[in-house]
Parts: sequence; C-alpha cells; structure tokens
Amino acid sequence: MTATPTTTEAIMEHNGEQPPTIVEIEGLHKSYGDHHVLRGVDFQVTRGEVVCVIGPSGSGKSTFLRCINLLETPQAGSIRVRGTELNDPDCDIDTARRHVGMVFQQFNLFPHCSVLENCTIAQQTVLKRSKQEARAIALANLERVGLADKVSYRPAQLSGGQQQRVAIARALSMEPALMLFDEPTSALDPELVGEVLTVMRGLAEDGMTMIVVTHEMAFAKEVADRVIFMDGGVIVEQGEPASVIGNPRQDRTREFLRRVLDPTHV
Amino acid sequence: MSSLTAEAVAPHRSPRKRAQRRRLAQYVVLAAVAVVAAIGINWREVAHVFFDLHLAGRTITEGLGQALWHTIAFTIGGFVLGLVAATALALMRLSDVAVYRWIATAYVEFFRGLPTLVVFIALALLPLAFNGLIIPFSPYGTVWVALGIVGSAYMAETIRAGIQAVPRGQAEAARSLGMSSGTAMRKIILPQAFRIMIPPLTNELIMLIKDSSLVFAIGLSVSDFELTTFGKGMANNEANITPLVIAGLAYLVITLPLSFLVRKMEAR
Repeated sequence: MTATPTTTEAIMEHNGEQPPTIVEIEGLHKSYGDHHVLRGVDFQVTRGEVVCVIGPSGSGKSTFLRCINLLETPQAGSIRVRGTELNDPDCDIDTARRHVGMVFQQFNLFPHCSVLENCTIAQQTVLKRSKQEARAIALANLERVGLADKVSYRPAQLSGGQQQRVAIARALSMEPALMLFDEPTSALDPELVGEVLTVMRGLAEDGMTMIVVTHEMAFAKEVADRVIFMDGGVIVEQGEPASVIGNPRQDRTREFLRRVLDPTHV
Repeated sequence: MSSLTAEAVAPHRSPRKRAQRRRLAQYVVLAAVAVVAAIGINWREVAHVFFDLHLAGRTITEGLGQALWHTIAFTIGGFVLGLVAATALALMRLSDVAVYRWIATAYVEFFRGLPTLVVFIALALLPLAFNGLIIPFSPYGTVWVALGIVGSAYMAETIRAGIQAVPRGQAEAARSLGMSSGTAMRKIILPQAFRIMIPPLTNELIMLIKDSSLVFAIGLSVSDFELTTFGKGMANNEANITPLVIAGLAYLVITLPLSFLVRKMEAR
C-alpha cells in the first residue's frame, strides 16, 4: 500500500482487476420522526470513481451524503467504508471519519483560526502530526487550491470561493481516501462557482474518489463517471452522465432535468 | 383633519425643526431640576457627613489600599473558580446524560435563586457540618469557594447560551475531520463561544465584585476586610459616612478600567 492510489489503480487495470470498493451501502433508511427521508438506498463506489448525486430539494441526497460519515445516524442499513461497518455501536467513528473528507455548502471554516491553522489543527490533534509536518502538508494542499499566498488570512477576509477552496484544502490535509461534497457551490455568487469547480475537476483528474451532491449539471456531465438521480428517498436512476443527463429513461428524471435546465419554462 | 389644522398653525415647520424644539425644551427642564436641587441641598451638612476631607484622607492612608487589594483578590479567585465550575455545569446541561442535566439544572436553579448573603452564611456553617473540614488558603479559600458557588450558577447559563450560539456546522466540520467531541469542544466550539460571551461575562464579573462585599457573613478578621466592610466599620467608628463613600468610589477604580479593557477586547 505504499504506492499512490492512481498508480495502484493503473497496475490493477493493467492486470484486468476491478479497483476495490471503497463505500458499500445497503438498505439505508433514515427518518426524522414521521418524515421518512431515505427509503432504502443501495450504493457502491469504487476507488477513483467520481459520482455526482442530483435530484430535487428534499429528495434526501444531502441526508444520504451525511450518512456516509455518520453526521446523520440512519435507523437501518449497512454503511461500509473501506470494509469498516459504520452503523454499528462498536465502531470507532472518530477513526473512521479520518479517511473521509467532507466539504460543506456553507464552508464551515473555523473563524477563529487562520487559513493555515484551519488546515493544520485536525492534523495535529487527530493524526498527532508535528507542527512542521502539518504545516508542510497544509501548505502543499493550499498550493493545490491556489491559495498559498493567503495562509495568514482569517476566513472572514476571503471571498466565498476562496473560503470553499480552503475548506477543500483542509479536508485534503487529512489525506482522505474519499471526499464528500455537499452542494459545494450552492452558497456561492455565480462568478465564484468556476474556481471551486476547477479545483474539484483537478482532484478528479488526480484520481480522488469523490461523491458530489450538486446542481451543476454541466460539471456532472463533464467530470462524473456516474450520475445518480435521487427522488423521494430512493435512487431512481443511475448510470453514465451522458445517459442519465443526456437521455434519461425515467419520467421523474426527465421532469427534474427539464425544470433545472430550463427554469423559465413552465 | 387635525393634520390640516397643524399645518395651518405652523405652515413651514419641518419634522426635524419640531424635534429640535422638543429636545431644547427637555434640556431646559433638566437644567431647571439641577439648579433647584443644587439650591435646595444643604451643602455644608452634606460635605461634613458624606465628604469630610480630613476623614477621607485618613480613610485612604489607614487601610483603603489593603481593603481594595482584598476585594480584587477575593473577586479574581472567585471568578476563576466560578468560570471553571460554570463551564463544567454548562457542559453538563448540554450533556446527553439525563442525570448530568438534572444535577446541573438543580444546582443552577438553587444557587441562582437564593440570596447571596444566605449562601455565604450557610457556607460559614460548613465546617460544623463536616467535622474537621479545612478549606486551604484561609481566608481566601473560603471566600473563593463562596463567590465561586454563586458566580458559577449565573455564569453556567451564559456559557451554555454561548456554546449554543456557535453554528452547528462548526461542530460538524470538526467531527468530520475526525476530532472527538471533546477535542471539537475544546479547540473549535469553546474558543468561539467565549468570544460571544465576553460582554455578558463582564457583567457577571462586575456583579461578583459587588457580591464580594457580602463575604463578611462568612466571618472575617478585621485584617481581611474588603472595601465595603472596611468602609462601614470605619464609618461606624467615626460616626461619619465619608469612609464608606470613599470605599464605594474605590469600586469604580476597579470597574471602570475593566469596562474599558473589555470594550477594547470586543473591538479587536
């Protein structure tokens, strides 16, 4: 396991092997009181895959994403991340979460910490890395998102797009095996969306395994290996972006895409 | 109809002009009250009973400094102890464990509801209840515990509110990075919560400064008196209020710089 994921994957592909499954979800149910949000979701992601989750608001896609690192506790179902069952009282959730990076719609940067500290604090407290090591890794990731010149800024001094890129660098600094994005561009002004999507596209090209809840259909079409359409707490349709977005089979998918792609059409 | 009449009487008066005239009338009344009061006061008697210059000088040279120091030392110790206890109580109130919540709620309601003086008198009886109980750093230890108990009951609610004022996404971000709930609380939530809490905690510190005037109820020797008890004692001996007035003004020496400092911290 000393090789980087991309290299391992290349070797495996060469040998005709399937890349390993990173996330395996079976029969996921989640409800808040009487409100049944997830009604039996089955789902797998293999290493290096980029999955975009689309669907109308209230379809359960964010809840589904938040179940993958147990920010929401499901009522029933199995969630295995790299073989570890998370929906189990014996599971050490803090350890499991280290391998899963999360990027939120509202960025959720730590306002009392500098940009650099945002990227080092969990490395030092959770992974017990030395200050110098944490700093070096944080700087490399800030470089990757194009913000190495902002290390001493506070989050409040940055634009929304810059804040979201710091949030990505913060998650990457933990060297996760999987990245979750919960509508990462929905809180941004339109002109700032591009810089965040560019960073995400770069991550995908580098072989990062990503699950992205998004409304950016063009991004999903271009970057995703697979698109999932959710509605009413279930996966309605999934497949290659060209077929799900370009030529949907289900009526519900078609209806949703018609509304998203042509909002003025009644 | 009425607006028509008003316009007829004062056709060119704008609302701003009218507000100015009303303000001017208020100033005139205020000045009149001040003048009448100043004329009515028996200045000689007031100066003699409340502000005897000679006695004021003696108050300052004969122990005011020591009393001021005691007030500060009592309050700081009580505040620090109270703050630690209050943080623990606030975390208990927010705990998932029902028993912790009940204990903390009962503590806060009990000690916040009782008059401070009664708590202090009860505390003086504590060594009777527990035979041989000795609180260290006498008399400071006892005073600190007394003020800490009362202060923590008030501050616990402030801290709880401060913790709850930190957006939920902060805890989620911290936990998603693999931090335990304890680490997330210490490194992410509490530093932000204490920022929010600076103004209300200042209020409680100032209240604690004044509550320190009640610690005489625990039973202190003369050499350990704080400002109020010292001033009252000297006022009784001299049959003149001046020492108490001086002691009262000495509180401002503590509270005014404190308010100034906190305003600076808030602006930062």
